[in-house]
Amino acid sequence: MSEHDTKAASTRTSRKKAAAAVSGAGMSEYITVVIEDQLFGIPVPRVHDVFMPQSMTRVPLSAPEVAGVLNLRGRIVTAIDMRRRLGLQSRDRTAGCMAVGVEHRGESYGLIIDSVGEVLRVADADMESNPANLDPRWREISAGVQRLESRLMIVIDVERVLNFTGQTLAA
Amino acid sequence: MDDLLREFLTETTESLDVVDVELVKFEQEPNNAQILDNIFRLVHTVKGTCGFLGLPRLEALAHAAETLMGKYRDGMGVTDGGVTAILHSIDRLKLILSELEANEAEPDGSDDDLINQLNALSQAEAAAAPAPGAAPAEEAAPAAETAASDDSAAIDPLLDRPLRPGEVSLDELERAFQEAEGPELAAPAPEPTPAPVEEPAAASAEESEGEGGKKESVANQSIRVNVDTLENLMTMVSELVLTRNQLLEMVRRLDDSEFKVPLQRLSNVTGELQEAVMKTRMQPIGNAWQKLPRIVRDLSRELGKKIDLEMIGAETELDRQVLDLIKDPLTHMVRNSADHGLETTAERVAAGKSDKGRITLRAYHEGGHIIIEIADDGRGLDVEKIKAKAIANGLVSEAEAEKLTEQQIHRYIFAPGFSTAAKVTNVSGRGVGMDVVRTNIELIGGSIDLRSTHHKGTTFTIKIPLTLAIVSALIVEAAEERFAIPQLAVVELVRTKADSDHRIEHINNTPVLRLRNRLLPLVFLDQFLGLRSSAEALSEDGRTVTSDEAFIVVTRVGEQIFGIVVDSVFDTEEIVVKPVASLLRDITVFSGNTILGDGSVIMIMDPNGVAQAISGELNEMEEIVAEEQQGFTSDGETSLLVFYAGSKEPKAVPLSLVTRLEEFDISEIEYSNGSNVIQYRGKLMPIMHVAEGTALRSEGRQPILVFTEEERSVGLAVDEIVDIVTDRLDIELTSEVPGILGSAVIRDKATEVLDVAHYLTRVFADWFRRKEAALQAGAAKRLLLVDDSPFFRTMVTPQLAMAGYQVVHAASVEAAWKLRDAGQTFDIIVSDIEMPVTNGFEFAAAVKKDDSWSHIPIIALSALGSSEAIEKGRQAGFDDYVAKYDRDGLIQVLNEILDAKGEAA
Repeated sequence: MSEHDTKAASTRTSRKKAAAAVSGAGMSEYITVVIEDQLFGIPVPRVHDVFMPQSMTRVPLSAPEVAGVLNLRGRIVTAIDMRRRLGLQSRDRTAGCMAVGVEHRGESYGLIIDSVGEVLRVADADMESNPANLDPRWREISAGVQRLESRLMIVIDVERVLNFTGQTLAA
Repeated sequence: MDDLLREFLTETTESLDVVDVELVKFEQEPNNAQILDNIFRLVHTVKGTCGFLGLPRLEALAHAAETLMGKYRDGMGVTDGGVTAILHSIDRLKLILSELEANEAEPDGSDDDLINQLNALSQAEAAAAPAPGAAPAEEAAPAAETAASDDSAAIDPLLDRPLRPGEVSLDELERAFQEAEGPELAAPAPEPTPAPVEEPAAASAEESEGEGGKKESVANQSIRVNVDTLENLMTMVSELVLTRNQLLEMVRRLDDSEFKVPLQRLSNVTGELQEAVMKTRMQPIGNAWQKLPRIVRDLSRELGKKIDLEMIGAETELDRQVLDLIKDPLTHMVRNSADHGLETTAERVAAGKSDKGRITLRAYHEGGHIIIEIADDGRGLDVEKIKAKAIANGLVSEAEAEKLTEQQIHRYIFAPGFSTAAKVTNVSGRGVGMDVVRTNIELIGGSIDLRSTHHKGTTFTIKIPLTLAIVSALIVEAAEERFAIPQLAVVELVRTKADSDHRIEHINNTPVLRLRNRLLPLVFLDQFLGLRSSAEALSEDGRTVTSDEAFIVVTRVGEQIFGIVVDSVFDTEEIVVKPVASLLRDITVFSGNTILGDGSVIMIMDPNGVAQAISGELNEMEEIVAEEQQGFTSDGETSLLVFYAGSKEPKAVPLSLVTRLEEFDISEIEYSNGSNVIQYRGKLMPIMHVAEGTALRSEGRQPILVFTEEERSVGLAVDEIVDIVTDRLDIELTSEVPGILGSAVIRDKATEVLDVAHYLTRVFADWFRRKEAALQAGAAKRLLLVDDSPFFRTMVTPQLAMAGYQVVHAASVEAAWKLRDAGQTFDIIVSDIEMPVTNGFEFAAAVKKDDSWSHIPIIALSALGSSEAIEKGRQAGFDDYVAKYDRDGLIQVLNEILDAKGEAA
């Protein structure tokens, strides 16, 4: 409990800093998350909070990507299973995963990921477009690939993550 | 937008709405000075504020209208044309306001046409009025304004708030008017050719008139709060309630906690706060009615009818969200009443009614609902016209239509695309029919019904929930997930168990519930939501787990009633409905979600969505159910004795044919004259076997079914008596084997149904011969048996034959009439009640009226044993009423009636 509160608090402060830093400097801030050992980055301005999903309610008949709905401090948050979104095997529900809260058209969503890393400030110039051979499911949600010193980070396009109705219909 | 401008817009729109209503009232009571004062004050305020904000177009128009009203105040005669002109100015003001709202600037254009008209009217009146020479009113008014603006902070006693800049206190105004007695002479002469009306403006004016205002009006003595603020407050209070509940739960676990007292207090305050916030969402329904007087007035002119609109219960409160949703349907229905419902004045007079038609709106609370009635005293619905239209639209066949009650026919006006208006008028008949009204009302969980009496009028009754924000919901569980079902849709809860009265049965693998002579289609919530497949629902022994013990939530959506099968039912909770995220909005079976007291999120089922999702299935089920219900007996209930005899297949006989179940020690059974016999009640009773060559038990006790007929008994040896079941008996396969009528599914097992008559005749070869002898003796009475069930005809005929009747069958009432037409006559008729096409009640009534058959006594034979049914039977013309399978009763009644008849003859 206290752990994730601290994280959420630190996120909030860093968001403020980010807002100041992002403008004009050609730098962007990302919260790094890990899904199946792959590093992903979510743009800090999009992130509301980071929390540990608890007592999730399943939503029958929903798209498989929807993990369920849960109560986050009195708000109902719709949780998206990022593993499924990426076409990966879903993790056991009881496993202690984390979620990144984002807002989308006035509604709260939680992106469920394996774990949360840190806040990274990187230069926009280091951003590459998606490699042509990237899995289409990954390409769909990726805004590009950020070259870090030691590894690559896929930048998540939150809008596109939450737009999967077409895909669900096709499936 | 400028705050000042926004406030002006809201307030002015409201004021104009009130003016609309007041003007219509004023037209009816031109001498009511109070109404006029009120209108005058409102228009004056509008004018004053416009001047202050620098809105010349609005100001000029308001001024011209105000001038004319000033004249009326001074005692000038009120004319129709005058009021119409003022109403038109109000419409124009609203139009300008709406553009002002959109563009934050007055639109270009001229209102000279209206202003000239108003001025001309003022002047015409002026010419007629005496006492000229006083100062013009409009000069006095600005003067008063200047005076008042000096102490604008002073609180005006009439308005109960500080005067706004540019506003004049009423007292000031009054004084100014007293001083400025008499009409003005200095008013500008009307222009010879009024400027043409601005085309687009006029067109949109009409549109906006139809749509009505989008602003909510608040009662006079109130402050204005942004709706979003209230919504926010509501959300926060909901969260507060949840937190309180969690705290209470925690403290409950602690003994003797010092938190208890303050928490109790917190709890109370929270509850009150919640109630108070709920109240802020409530508005009187009168707000939805505000436009109606004006609409009715305009209609009454357009249609040339005199119409009174009466509104009762305008103060009845309901949630503003519901109010918004109900506004348009209400307006539509009032238009309908005025257009279709009420006759023209000439027709009314000809019908001996008052020339003024009356439309009554009435609202009241009733158990968590608000009931709104829209009644007219017009011509009532034309049943024949609706019927013809329904047949033309293919909604019902001609034959079916004949059987419908008036009420059922009336309801067709709610069918899609149904409008009986022969010609399309401006008012109604535009294709937006009552079906849209019904859909809109059902969308908010309401229902609509109507009553109509020819020449007396029509009353529509709308029942809607008070609020959509908080609903009472039943919390249920299926496949370990909880769901909320809105209590509004729940009719009742039924608990089923394999051995209880209510159990889940299957027809062709379709689950149904038999509930008070009705078969309800069932939906297993877990399977329906894909939480558990039907295979998973089966336990090891192959039986459906849920059918052993489950709860069925009997749900009604419109006309549809179905059962939702759930694993368990928890509680009823008041829940705050929150919309689901847009990602989930395409799942129609959920209407929202909410946070429960324990902090978990729960999905709220939408019964409408469920009904739609399963409607294909349901229709199919209903067909099956309907077929079943036409089956063997009306309610399908037959008590059957199930046993084993000779083979592994279970066998059954109707219990009513069995006199006794006996068990004899095997040693008591003797062999005589080629068959087994036993001494039974001082007589020798032959013992039969179902299958030839079956042996009796070698030792122990032998179960025997005893059939008795006229002091003669026959025993049927069976291997084992299994059970007595009450089930529907449907002979699915008829049998060629003598002694077996056919096979039926009883308790999910194929069961042979025995033909008892066969065994009786086998033992007593003279059984029927005796009858024939009796017949030949001339005592034979001709009996007509009318029953649509072949099984029952086969079953009852031998008994009647045994009792000495010559039985003629008719499979339907129609077949019976053919016999009559063939010149046949009978001593007595025995008829079933529940039959397709023509039922027994109608048959009996027809027999009693028939020339050739009216003397024949007729007996009802039915499974419907209720006292009402019996009474109905007597009224229809039945001489007596006998329950099916009461075979002794039937014979006895037959004898009594025929004896009585014989004596009388």
